[in-house]
Amino acid sequence: MLKILFHRLLMSVPLVVVVTLLTFVLNSLAPGDMAMTILGADGTREQYEALRIELGLDKPLMLQYLSWLGQALQGDLGVSHFTKESVSSLLNPRLGVSVFIMVGVLVVCLSLGLVLGVASALKGGWVGRAIDAFSLVGLIFPSFWLALVLISVFAVTLRWLPATGYVFFSESPKDWALSLVLPIFSVAMYSITSIAKQTRDAMNDVMGRDFIRALRACGLPERSVIWKHALRNAALPVVTVLGLVMIGAISGTVFVERVFVLPGMGSLAVSAALNKDILLLQGVTLYFTLMTVAINLMVDLSYGWLNPKVRLS
Amino acid sequence: MSALAYNPPSFIRRLLGRPLAVLALLWLLLLFVLSVSAPLCAPIDPLEQDLLALKQLPSAEHWLGTDALGRDVFSRMVHGVSITIAGVIEAVVVASLLGLSLGVSAGYFGGMWDRCVQQYVSLVQSLPTMLIMLAVLAVFGQAMLPAMVTLGVMGSAGVSRVLRSVTLAVREELYIAAARISGLSDAQIIVRHVLPRIAGPVIVQMSLFAAIAVIVQTGISFLGLGVAPPAPTWGSMIFEASASLNDFPWLLVPSGGVVALTVLSFGLLGDSLRDTSTESWSRPAVRQGVKARLAVKPQDLPEGVLLSMRDVSIVTSSGQTQRTLVKGVNFDLKQGETLGIVGESGSGKTLTSLSLMGLLPPGVHVSAGTAVIQGEVIDLSNEKRLTQLRGATVGMIFQEPMAALDPCFTIGHQLAEVIRLHGLRAAQVQAKVIELLEQVKIPNPQDVAQRYPHQISGGMAQRVGIARALASEPKILLADEPTTALDVTVQAEILALLRSLSQSRQMAVVLVTHDWGVVADICDRAMVLRHGQVLESATVVDLFHRPQHPYTQALLAANPHSAQPGEVLPTVDDKLMDITGAAA
Repeated sequence: MLKILFHRLLMSVPLVVVVTLLTFVLNSLAPGDMAMTILGADGTREQYEALRIELGLDKPLMLQYLSWLGQALQGDLGVSHFTKESVSSLLNPRLGVSVFIMVGVLVVCLSLGLVLGVASALKGGWVGRAIDAFSLVGLIFPSFWLALVLISVFAVTLRWLPATGYVFFSESPKDWALSLVLPIFSVAMYSITSIAKQTRDAMNDVMGRDFIRALRACGLPERSVIWKHALRNAALPVVTVLGLVMIGAISGTVFVERVFVLPGMGSLAVSAALNKDILLLQGVTLYFTLMTVAINLMVDLSYGWLNPKVRLS
Repeated sequence: MSALAYNPPSFIRRLLGRPLAVLALLWLLLLFVLSVSAPLCAPIDPLEQDLLALKQLPSAEHWLGTDALGRDVFSRMVHGVSITIAGVIEAVVVASLLGLSLGVSAGYFGGMWDRCVQQYVSLVQSLPTMLIMLAVLAVFGQAMLPAMVTLGVMGSAGVSRVLRSVTLAVREELYIAAARISGLSDAQIIVRHVLPRIAGPVIVQMSLFAAIAVIVQTGISFLGLGVAPPAPTWGSMIFEASASLNDFPWLLVPSGGVVALTVLSFGLLGDSLRDTSTESWSRPAVRQGVKARLAVKPQDLPEGVLLSMRDVSIVTSSGQTQRTLVKGVNFDLKQGETLGIVGESGSGKTLTSLSLMGLLPPGVHVSAGTAVIQGEVIDLSNEKRLTQLRGATVGMIFQEPMAALDPCFTIGHQLAEVIRLHGLRAAQVQAKVIELLEQVKIPNPQDVAQRYPHQISGGMAQRVGIARALASEPKILLADEPTTALDVTVQAEILALLRSLSQSRQMAVVLVTHDWGVVADICDRAMVLRHGQVLESATVVDLFHRPQHPYTQALLAANPHSAQPGEVLPTVDDKLMDITGAAA
């Protein structure tokens, strides 16, 4: 098991390199370079050339990348040309917000997704139809639209929850939790639906297998056959999809942080894109890529924990 | 299999037979028409501000009301169609072309290339899509085309993964091998034989991906990226709605509604296409409330009978047609006695035993029949009562021992679970697990109890299966071809084990088999089943020495155990298909 984890960790190094290199190459393809963006229309030729040398833009692309990589490994991700602050000092305080949302999405989509999936696999009739209708909402409405509807209902009309803004945990744990509820549910709707659908398919598949019939033949109660044996076996394909769903949820946080005006990495990424702040965007991409590496590792870990064949190999 | 003669209607007609698919197609068609004729359909300028009519609800003049700047919402929506449609087409074309070429080539050629493609797929799928798109938008000055092309590239990973597995399945088919032998080049085979077969999945993938592209395209314009602000897009309309959320939430309805309807249409179309191409033309079976009649009274039974099955008929029904699988089976079984049910595949022998457990497969049910178990008359269609009898009264062991064990739990755990049903304390449970494993003659029971099913052999798994059935101390044991999946030496050991257990525990055993050797080895009596009907039922000695029915004679003659070297093994004559035996 440790060997598998080590292998996966090793395999994620190329992922990080590819993503950061990709953004670097994209940058070089752009009409006009960073020096031109910083100077704007007023810069002189001399200023431009001087800035290019200062930023290292005169060197070959590969060399530029390697020097960025070398500094990144030492924790220096460069300076945002827009705010003149260092990229890591901009990112680090915002990491928490995004991580809290992701963890919240994980908890909500796993608990609700599994329950709804099992229920719709086993129950027909109106229960099944109600779950299908609920799933449809998550699939067809964009997360940011759902976020607006949730604000309109729960914040503007009912006044149960704050509409926008973020409260730090150290200020007030209660307000902190309340400020995260709507963002988490806006992102999680799509994930809940995906997990529920996957769980239903996996459950239907497992329920048709021989050992279910054999367990029933031993006289085990249905409760144990379904919630223990069938669900445990159905969890294997669900976990695989869970990884993809969580990586997809990263895109959701980008929008939802924007709607709820949360000081997370996603909203920072959007303003970086709007301001053409390439180094900042590069930094955000690196952070989010590391997050996907962490997600994939967790998927592998839980897969091994669930599947004895993987754990013992 | 005569159902194959039924000629299904064409794919398009079947698709159009689905009302939801038709609605989805109509909506997408409408969008397409609107995208090319927006100025005609919505003559009001989408940018024209009417400051005297701000935030109005729908009216005859403004069909969907006006926004915070007094612009006509309907007109903005209609003019936004072409931008969305263009973005979706760009992304879908890129995703399907790239996904198709990668997926088909990887599935068809396999090997090194296949591994490369799979690496690419898993790499792309672990990228945060939105971040990459933001980088592209930042670099290319917020143009929609590069962003949607990027989305297409990202989406191609999922598409190619699906198409790869479809191609893999097609590649294995005989006609592909035949085409290769007849000298067609790979390119010819792919174009002529593979692509037409996978066209269905390709269209399904395109449709489902289009649904995602609509959401992403809307999202980008919601963020104010991709399209410069005053231009009307669905995403910017949602953004504008967010600004007047407090006093005019109506704006959320048309903007979100049009997005949802479009996403829904693509999704529905994809699902309908998939269902239409995979549906099997058998409608789900409807359970019919046939009341089994009580045909037997316990006092009529001979002395010492533990299990009696009377007039058991099992049917499968789909739609209006009903097919009889087992017809009027009768037998009595005494304590300590072993009955063999013999027959070819599909003769109904397994179904007969499953009916006693209430575990018939979906769509199959008992239409008539009673069982008398320990003096209690039980209607075989009463699944509730049969469920209560499972385990402690009737136990069962299965044909595929490995498949009958849950792969996720240890052997010991699975045995303990059954033992615990009978109210033993924790310490006793462990001792009982070991005791049971010893009874089925497993060496090192302590060690085996801690293993998972994939760590033991098939013969060992069958012993575990027997131990698990014995854990509840059943009076009747059903064994469904318990040795078929095992190799010959292990078969003999398992049979010897079954024989000694049935004698020491005085169980009544029903043994389903197609092997005369097994019957001769451990059965007291045997019953020959064909096409769901009992042809002959006698003691084993009588059956082997004086078979009455011609089919039994033919079946005995075809027994490979008594085959002579160098002579052709007799097979059952087709004339004997007539189950009345008159033809012979």
